[in-house]
Amino acid sequence: MAESVLNPLMQEFLSSGKPMVEFKDVSIRFDGPAVLDSINFAVMHGETRILLGPAGCGKSVLMKLANGLLEPDSGEIFVFGRSLGEMTETEIFEMRAHVGMVFQESALFDSLSVENNVAYRLCEEHVAPETIHARVIEALQFVELEKAIDKFPSELSGGMRRRVSIARAIISQPDLILYDSPTGGLDPITSNTIIELIVKQRDVSHTTCLLITHRLQDAFTLATHRYDAVQQKMVSIPDGGIDPGTKFLVLNEGKIVFDGTTLELTHTENPWLRRFIE
Amino acid sequence: MRFVSPEAYVKSIVASVQDYSLLCARAVGDLFSRPRYVADMFTQMDSIGAGSLPIVVLTGFFTGCVLALQAAVSLKEFGAVNMTGELVTLSMVKELGPVLTGLMVSGRNASGMASELGSMKVSEQIDAMRALGTDPIRKLVTPRLVATVVMLFFLTIISDACGIAGGAFVSVAMLKLNAATFFHTGYMSLAHGDVVEGLVKPLFSGFIIATVGCYYGLRTTGGTSGVGKSTTQAVVASSVFIILTDFLVTQLMIGFFGR
Ligand SMILES: Nc1ncnc2c1ncn2[C@@H]1O[C@H](COP(=O)(O)OP(=O)(O)O)[C@@H](O)[C@H]1O
Ligand SMILES: [Mg+2]
Repeated sequence: MAESVLNPLMQEFLSSGKPMVEFKDVSIRFDGPAVLDSINFAVMHGETRILLGPAGCGKSVLMKLANGLLEPDSGEIFVFGRSLGEMTETEIFEMRAHVGMVFQESALFDSLSVENNVAYRLCEEHVAPETIHARVIEALQFVELEKAIDKFPSELSGGMRRRVSIARAIISQPDLILYDSPTGGLDPITSNTIIELIVKQRDVSHTTCLLITHRLQDAFTLATHRYDAVQQKMVSIPDGGIDPGTKFLVLNEGKIVFDGTTLELTHTENPWLRRFIE
Repeated sequence: MRFVSPEAYVKSIVASVQDYSLLCARAVGDLFSRPRYVADMFTQMDSIGAGSLPIVVLTGFFTGCVLALQAAVSLKEFGAVNMTGELVTLSMVKELGPVLTGLMVSGRNASGMASELGSMKVSEQIDAMRALGTDPIRKLVTPRLVATVVMLFFLTIISDACGIAGGAFVSVAMLKLNAATFFHTGYMSLAHGDVVEGLVKPLFSGFIIATVGCYYGLRTTGGTSGVGKSTTQAVVASSVFIILTDFLVTQLMIGFFGR
């Protein structure tokens, strides 16, 4: 976010080399068995962390925990080096100003037009109206939806809603983006457009991100492609290269079954994991 | 129907009361600090106040009509038909105006709030709002609370006036009474305490409608069918609470004013 670049604390944190997000022994349960059980992992600056796992294994819950939308029953979560449990509510809202989140079902505000949805955060921050409009246009151009600016969410297709949701998350140029199943329920072509946007966002702004997907294909596209600014499209990394910042986290039944790089994942010996990725 | 152990049942009730009280405390507390969503307050006032006007006018008017008809039948036995105005005015101002307006607005707006906030909850819009840095209680509940309390106060006055007009209409057109007598006896019968009682009740009802509607909306789970359930529960709970507080306030006012 433009402001956060100026924010000295944030700058200092980014150069400190500490993880952007860190889970320490985090457990949470609703009624019934634990949804997440002693989760430990860290996401470093500039990393794209892909979260995989069967449906209902707690991926969305993990992501909400990372943004302070849910509280863990035990364990500690550090975001930008600070423990969420020790922050006051105001501090959590300040922390969220540096985090963009794309929800599983887009979660656009039905009562607001696309423009006001995308502008929501800037309006809340009382940015000048002319600046807001310019930045909304910019964000919508990024997701190639500037013609839909006056529409309402109910008039958009699933893929368009997802793109508006991405525009809403990136408009403030956050330091961390959380994508919850951005391609869920979309056809392969639309999914590809979305993944291309995510790759573009990653390679243009070098934002740290946490991404949930149930489509392995999308995960591998993210790992093996980069955005070419000259051709203005996503191209595969030559010579079978792999994006070094892309890492994986695989969850199953509340536990982490894998935490490592793309190569480690494709060469795993774990039989469950082999079945899962094939 | 599912049976739960009495202990779990009592615990769940205590937890609900605690959540509800916290919601009320935060909604009121948010009034005293920035940011305040004044534009949302006016939008809500328009939808609650202007939107409820037709039903409030109609129910008020016809309640007054019925009251005059019924009163005349009983009063005739004592040869006191001339007191119809007094009876209609007192009943409307002290009791029926506030309670019926509260119930009508509850049916219209407690359900509206529960379903609107409930849909936002199940489609993750509430979480999205928090993720975008807005406190949903401040943005959604406080404006509705202020709007309902303010508008219900004025709607009650309108309802009282329409009720008296309805009573007068029936008295003059059907009972062949004198309009001047009707209004005069009505006016003379009202004491300070009666008016205060009638104007204090909507403040409580408004508070109940907004907080109960929002409470059920915000705790909705379970998709669209959950929204339907919350809506029903919100109307039932707020109607019962309105009548209960009506009883308590009446008792309190009798203590204060002796009538
Ligand atoms: N707010 C909640 N209340 C109760 N149970 C929940 C809640 N959120 C998630 N769960 C449960 O947690 C489990 C994991 O859900 P989720 O994280 O959405 O799965 P997924 O990995 O498919 O995103 C599910 O069994 C779900 O029922
Ligand atoms: Mg999910």
